[in-house]
Amino acid sequence: MNQMASEVATESTGDVREMNMIEAINSALDIMLERDPDVILLGEDIGYFGGVFRCTAGLQEKYGKTRVFDTPISECGIIGVAVGMGAYGLRPVPEIQFADYIYPGLDQLVSEAARLRYRSAAEFIAPMTVRSPFGGGIFGGQTHSQSPESIFTHVSGLKTVVPSTPYDAKGLLISCIEDNDPVIFFEPKRIYNGPFDGYYDKPAKSWKGFPQAQVPTDYYKIPLGKARTVREGEALTILAYGTMVHVVESVAREKGVDAEILDLRTLVPLDIEAIEASVEKTGKCLIVHEATRTSGFGSELSALVQERCFYHLEAPIERVTGFDTPYPHSLEWAYFPGPVRIGEAIDKLLEA
Amino acid sequence: MARATDETGSNRPRLALHVPEPRYRPGDTVDFSDLDIPEPGRQPRPDEACEAKETFPLCNDLIRVLGDDHQAHGPWDPRLDADTLRKMLREMALVRAFDNRMYRAQRQGKTSFYMKCTGEEATSVCATHALDGDDMIFPSYRQQGCLIARGYEPVEMINQIYSNKADKLKGRQLPIMYCSKRLNFFSISGNLATQLPQATGFAMASASKGDSRIAATWVGEGSTAEGDFHSALTFATVYQAPVIFNVINNQWAISSFSGFAGAERATFAARAIGYGMAGLRVDGNDPLAVFAAERWAADRARANAGPTLIEHFTYRAEGHSTSDDPSAYRSAEEREEWPLGDPVTRLKRHLIALGEWSKEQHEVMDDELDAQVRAAMKEAEKNGILGHGLHHPFHTMFEDVFEELPWHLREQAEQAIRERRIKFPGDPAE
Repeated sequence: MNQMASEVATESTGDVREMNMIEAINSALDIMLERDPDVILLGEDIGYFGGVFRCTAGLQEKYGKTRVFDTPISECGIIGVAVGMGAYGLRPVPEIQFADYIYPGLDQLVSEAARLRYRSAAEFIAPMTVRSPFGGGIFGGQTHSQSPESIFTHVSGLKTVVPSTPYDAKGLLISCIEDNDPVIFFEPKRIYNGPFDGYYDKPAKSWKGFPQAQVPTDYYKIPLGKARTVREGEALTILAYGTMVHVVESVAREKGVDAEILDLRTLVPLDIEAIEASVEKTGKCLIVHEATRTSGFGSELSALVQERCFYHLEAPIERVTGFDTPYPHSLEWAYFPGPVRIGEAIDKLLEA
Repeated sequence: MARATDETGSNRPRLALHVPEPRYRPGDTVDFSDLDIPEPGRQPRPDEACEAKETFPLCNDLIRVLGDDHQAHGPWDPRLDADTLRKMLREMALVRAFDNRMYRAQRQGKTSFYMKCTGEEATSVCATHALDGDDMIFPSYRQQGCLIARGYEPVEMINQIYSNKADKLKGRQLPIMYCSKRLNFFSISGNLATQLPQATGFAMASASKGDSRIAATWVGEGSTAEGDFHSALTFATVYQAPVIFNVINNQWAISSFSGFAGAERATFAARAIGYGMAGLRVDGNDPLAVFAAERWAADRARANAGPTLIEHFTYRAEGHSTSDDPSAYRSAEEREEWPLGDPVTRLKRHLIALGEWSKEQHEVMDDELDAQVRAAMKEAEKNGILGHGLHHPFHTMFEDVFEELPWHLREQAEQAIRERRIKFPGDPAE
């Protein structure tokens, strides 16, 4: 099983420490604040308090209030000022406290940040990384659980990145901050503290002891646009990202299925070569995401696989997703695309 | 839904929805005599570094300098030398000549769209003169005067309006959505009021770096209804950002009068009071008052004393754009009856009253400016007009979406070029 990232642009040479995803994100931010005086962090509760999920803990104390600061409760304002900061020459990293809250900032992202390079013929750019926790599984109800990634993948000019391990979170976040295009960096909050196998009724696991939690303490990057092969296999290809990477891995292991699992990591730009190579090898494709089904990113993946790998397919592509309802509070686990839903889809593909 | 009936209610009075209605519609006789237009020179001028609240009376006043006697009055007189006044006059007149020619060019089919700023020239030209050249301007769509005042070449503007092969924005933007990093003029968005939080962010960045540059932004009174306005002013006041918000109250947002942005209840300058921000309300057709207010706000921002909201009270003398017909919704008399006059005429008469200008010189200047614009048009037309093939190469359509071309855009670019070869076989151009 190939657990570690296969492509690392910049190898770290220093110490390695066990980190959960929050600590890994904090480490990435710390390093970038240190390396680049133009990096600036802003968001609700991110300053003195260090963020509701603690991702920015200690950074205001270390870098001062003019580089790491709290903002008014205005996502439109947070993204809008970040566009202006980019025009000045800074490299802002705004935090939107929950992905569910990002919508008031949508116009500034879609019409402004994503379009600025194009409409100004590259005279002005908006090099910002919008960090935002997303996804469910924490009893967050319908306003703290959403996975709105496909709203952003649909927008030309935005990159969308979703890590699934502490190691990837740090390396990807550093790449995002150094990128000169606006990036949406969705942090799967269900796996901030440990990987999740999909069984909500079992005790929560921490990242302790997992190889993906062995994180170099210094600077390294994971390139955008490169998927990670979580495990190699012959029976079918499973495309996933974020929390679902761990769930599908656990289901495949339980069922003893020789699945090849790709953690997409970057949704735009997508690693189409890795997807094609895997589906051409296995002939079967399962797409799994937590977001609602209709017009979800799985629709795009399904279309691409059909267009590009049709003559290699031995069965119709399967999609496992959240339902097309809001994320219900009490019925959260009925909504979540858990082991039963994934298992059924795997069976269907293998029987085909 | 059920309608309230006499049976369902108790003895509570019936509610009534108020939908604002402008005072005058097409054909109506216009009378602005009840508009409160104070005497020039009477408005106090607080120190630039004053407490914001000292400005609050000015939010319901109207800062005016030029009187009916064509002389400058009172503490807001910026005491500009005659050369500066003549320069501002010339630039305002150039904007007007440019607008007139470009309007006609659109009617002649040389481009798709144009927007004039007739009657509002002072709010951009004179305000820009009050800023430093390296201060960043975050304009809305009617601030061609800012570009002219910073010396942008009319031929470059026309190349952009024609979306031709010399258009610096590669034909991507609607006409008049200019951008010039060299002149610190930010890219214009078609989405309204988005530039306001961006200007605040630029100002915050400058302050966080210990720089001395400030930001100034423009927005129409109608767009102050957008959430971005509130976000921008909240951030600006929270961080005391060195930014100036110019609200151009030209009375009309396409066909919606200012009442639909709240003007029946309060002035736009008075919005500043709720944010604890300095606010000024200025006669937007008085070039000296506009300059003085903008300079006051710039000095205030540069002294770390915080942001200022300026309402420029003016009148949109023409349609919203070439796609608009104002005779369908407002009285044609409004323009003639507008009690604050015309900014070009007012500055011209002031200079004449000072003995620094003459009617004859003005006529010569107008002829020169028209010739200058016509020459620029001719020059620009060599690079093509909209829809006549002299555009940027096809592949440029896919550039600058991202810094680097990703695979999916590369594939789509190949498709576009293939389509072109099918449509125009034998054409060597891309």
